[in-house]
Amino acid sequence: MRRAYATHLPAGELMGPSDVELLLSLADDELVLGWRNSEWTGIAPFLEEDVAFSSIAQNEIGHARALYELAARELGTDADALAFDRPPEEYRSAPLVELRRLEWARTIARHWLYETADAIRLEALKQSDDPEIAGIAAKIDREEVYHRIHAEMWIDRLLASEEARPRLEEALEELWPYALGVLDDDLRPTLVQRAEAKLGRAMPDVEPVSRGRHEAELAELLEEMTMVRRSAPAGARW
Amino acid sequence: MSGASNRLQLSPEDVWRALDEIPDPEIPVISIVDLGVVQDIRIEEGRVHVAFTPTFMGCPALETMRAQMEEAIRGLGAEPEVEVVLDDSWSTDLITPAGREKLRAAGFAPPAPRSAGQPTLVQLQRGPFRCPWCGSTDTRLDNVFGPTPCRSLRYCNDCRQPFEQFKTI
Repeated sequence: MRRAYATHLPAGELMGPSDVELLLSLADDELVLGWRNSEWTGIAPFLEEDVAFSSIAQNEIGHARALYELAARELGTDADALAFDRPPEEYRSAPLVELRRLEWARTIARHWLYETADAIRLEALKQSDDPEIAGIAAKIDREEVYHRIHAEMWIDRLLASEEARPRLEEALEELWPYALGVLDDDLRPTLVQRAEAKLGRAMPDVEPVSRGRHEAELAELLEEMTMVRRSAPAGARW
Repeated sequence: MSGASNRLQLSPEDVWRALDEIPDPEIPVISIVDLGVVQDIRIEEGRVHVAFTPTFMGCPALETMRAQMEEAIRGLGAEPEVEVVLDDSWSTDLITPAGREKLRAAGFAPPAPRSAGQPTLVQLQRGPFRCPWCGSTDTRLDNVFGPTPCRSLRYCNDCRQPFEQFKTI
């Protein structure tokens, strides 16, 4: 197995280990969710949603690549090694993004919860003292605006339907502890505030399903995602 | 390799002209210079440094553009150094007036200016987006997303043609 990097390498001039950790959390979230979103390619309930989720997946994986490249420079490795060569327990993704492709109400619930949480995280990162992190966050956020527009459009649409509303609410309730787990303690209250403002109801006060543990589905996803890379000889070019 | 005298004569304008010949891999009516993604060109001792920003970070054309720029610069007898700048310094406002006109002529509605603020659903649904075919502003949003990350799908209620809208970034 290729292990081209060490977990604890000296940090670069600007970034400390916590910055690298942060970049990897963000990159892992975007990579894993990008993969999950791409699972709708070809089978979404509408052609337009097929296009939308495929495009969103492409954006998320693009963000992951840029973030991995930044982290890789600090760790003395490359983006592909970070994306594909780590064992599942070393991923820092939030359990929310790891859940296997969900049925439509849950897909929309996860999409909106993730984008809402991600926006809060990006707002904080745009204020980073590190100009590279602040710059990359600002560029990512320009693209995420469109994901948020799409997610909110769907929330409005499902809330307006008698049949869809209870199904969406059930999905939101189920995924809420996972959504809280995307953010650190200090940013969580903002998520609660925004979710409650949008949905017009109080969200349950529950324990977050936090980063650091993984859903069993992550290992399966990584197995599938890295199949081609593992089958190719080291140093293969694409 | 070209001689040193050749290298000395190379000016940034020569490089800008050469890069202006490179079409965007996904919207070939517009060059990468028209697109505004080439931010800066510097020449130092026969090395040409290009600062370049992808439109969208997941743009699959990124590697193609980089390879084409490197090839064009080698064609001028210089060694390329392409730096990918990943920050908020590129926006669709940097598409040149000529580039916007080329987009329009090819059926892509050019992006709205960034100064209008962050796009919102209401703005995308109700804003005055002009049909590139007939000029009508009676158009509607069909899909925020389109065939590439940088495009949305719209429909003109007047001439009843679908068209692609370049997203504001």
